[in-house]
Amino acid sequence: MTLTHIIFIVFAAITLLSALFCVTTRNMFHAALYLVISLFGVAATFAMLDASFLAAAQLIVYVGAVAILIIFAVMLTRGGAGSLPAKQQFNTQAGLAAVVTVVTLFILLRVVPFFNYPVQVAAVPIDIVEQLGQALVGDFVLPFEVASVLLLAALIGAIYIARERRKGEEVEEG
Amino acid sequence: MPQIPGNDILIALATWLRQWLLTIGLDPASIDILMAVIRALLLGTLALLVFMLITWLERKVVARIQDRIGPNLAGPWGLLQPIADGIKAITKEDTTPDGADVTIFNASPIVAGVAALLVYAVIPFGPNPGGDCAGTPCGPLTGTDMSIGLFYILAVGAVSLIAVLMAGWSSNNKYALLGSFRAVAELLSYEVPQVLSITAMVMIAGTMNMTRLVEVQSVPFIFPLFVTALVFFISGIAESGRSPFDLVEAESEIVAGYHIEYSGMKFSLFFLGEFVHAFAVCAVVTTVFLNGWVGPFSFVPPWIWFFIKSFAVFFVMMWIKFTMPRFRIDQLMAFNWKFLVPVSLVNLLVLAVLDTVLRMMGLGRAANPWVWGLILFAANLLMLFIALWALGRAARRTRSTERRIVARMDDVTPAAPVTAASAPAAGN
Amino acid sequence: MAIPLSWYLIVAAVLFCIGIYGVLARRNAVGILMGVELMLNAVNINLVAFWRYLNPTDVSGQAFALFVLVVAAAEAVVGLALIISVYRNRGDIDAENINLLKQ
Repeated sequence: MTLTHIIFIVFAAITLLSALFCVTTRNMFHAALYLVISLFGVAATFAMLDASFLAAAQLIVYVGAVAILIIFAVMLTRGGAGSLPAKQQFNTQAGLAAVVTVVTLFILLRVVPFFNYPVQVAAVPIDIVEQLGQALVGDFVLPFEVASVLLLAALIGAIYIARERRKGEEVEEG
Repeated sequence: MPQIPGNDILIALATWLRQWLLTIGLDPASIDILMAVIRALLLGTLALLVFMLITWLERKVVARIQDRIGPNLAGPWGLLQPIADGIKAITKEDTTPDGADVTIFNASPIVAGVAALLVYAVIPFGPNPGGDCAGTPCGPLTGTDMSIGLFYILAVGAVSLIAVLMAGWSSNNKYALLGSFRAVAELLSYEVPQVLSITAMVMIAGTMNMTRLVEVQSVPFIFPLFVTALVFFISGIAESGRSPFDLVEAESEIVAGYHIEYSGMKFSLFFLGEFVHAFAVCAVVTTVFLNGWVGPFSFVPPWIWFFIKSFAVFFVMMWIKFTMPRFRIDQLMAFNWKFLVPVSLVNLLVLAVLDTVLRMMGLGRAANPWVWGLILFAANLLMLFIALWALGRAARRTRSTERRIVARMDDVTPAAPVTAASAPAAGN
Repeated sequence: MAIPLSWYLIVAAVLFCIGIYGVLARRNAVGILMGVELMLNAVNINLVAFWRYLNPTDVSGQAFALFVLVVAAAEAVVGLALIISVYRNRGDIDAENINLLKQ
């Protein structure tokens, strides 16, 4: 049980515990902040897996953009403490959901860790980031361009859907 | 192995520490982790000491710009002023507003301070002394020599936004909430030109590793990448929330914005975050544009050159802060989206095309750095002239529109001007 | 010995199941979206762990995870825009109450 293992266990515990609090707390703003901590933990996991570019990208995209968007949505829809009565954060099938979750977890944990994966303990090449860059405009140029178009569509769509309707302008039906 | 003065002490200390840790039975991987923790502690302390120096420097500089003396009572030249400020901050009453979310309220200045300190992990203070390592520490004088150093700085900048939102929300105060919305809107907007200028830098240099960025600068990048440096510097000032972009936190605006409810040491932590971030931006500008630790005299340790250059850049930042008036929020946004973003996009395009063309003609950065630098500098000057001309035209048009709007607001025809002849007649 | 692959897979599996619970049991639409984000992150951990342990010299594992990141971000953006629009029209984002096609 070296220091590396201890660090892994600490970060995994942080990730999972904050994810658990995120889905069970009644205060939506706290849930958003727990989500941020969980995303940090995921970024730390990426860093431990030697995927440093992905860890930084995770921080920039998720913590720096998506989490802030979620916090804005919580504030704008007033999901904070005191708006919904405390009991009503979970819907009528919450119990069934818990059962489904536990069953899924049980199935996954029985199967996943005991499969015989063809593990190679090779080292990550030193110029993996350059290779990633070359791949994005070389082998993966089509997914890259499609992702750009997807982001543009999401941007325009989000602005259009969420814009303020001016006085007298009808909300379009259909 | 070239002897670098000042490095030997650190290398000797680190080697001794490693040997001692090996003898008490730790395995090498754990030793690496422990040494990383010690490096982090040292860098954090260094950043905070620099922060103390900066607060004193800022007050002296603003005083001289405003034609007065500045703090000179606490110690020689007022050098102990930061300590006096710290004592004052600690002894102030630590209030928590009624109905505030106490955990988040207390946590947000910590997050703000730490997010600013995280940048110092990748700033290169000195070169790689070379030679083989074989158990002794070697490598550049930096916290960690990441292959994605510049990208990491962007990632860490994103963390400080969460602290602003936490502060605004947990204060249970609508001014704080509004202030934090405006602050986050401004910070998010100014990340776009920052990222675009960093993309241009990385594209020209071919690497994100901070040490390599200094090593590839045979000609300091401030010349061939002049517009990039300008855009990065301006967006860096905006990102750290300094004047002239400090609308979101100045005391005369929106009642001090998102840190209105904070007093004493917690407010000092926000203040610390801002200054530490500002100096981090200066350090990055020094590394990427001004050739980092490189200096003419070889008997001076490289990190001294690094700090001289960083403080020079910081002086320019302070100069801008104390001579320019504040932007309004709409002027801020317009400046970003209508000027900085198009300029940085055009800059990226022009640099990409020119660099490729020059490399194909054999005048690339590796082959002929001075000619390459000169051609790119000329292109940058051209871009700058066109951008400023367009800005001037747009400003003139805005001013004339505003003048017309103001004139239309006076519906009544203005009274005949009072001349010296008619006034005595009216008075009688 | 380095950290075995199964540890990363276990973490990803537990995170995925926590996300499932969030999606199925939450009333607040933003809460449901947070569950979806947790699930997508769990998938990303899985992808990167498999890349690292099975084929670290090939870059396509990281590229795949990067694209999942991008798509998840785009989906979160559009989802939140929809939620805000629904809130503006009905004043309520409780998933139990948004069950009629027309008001």
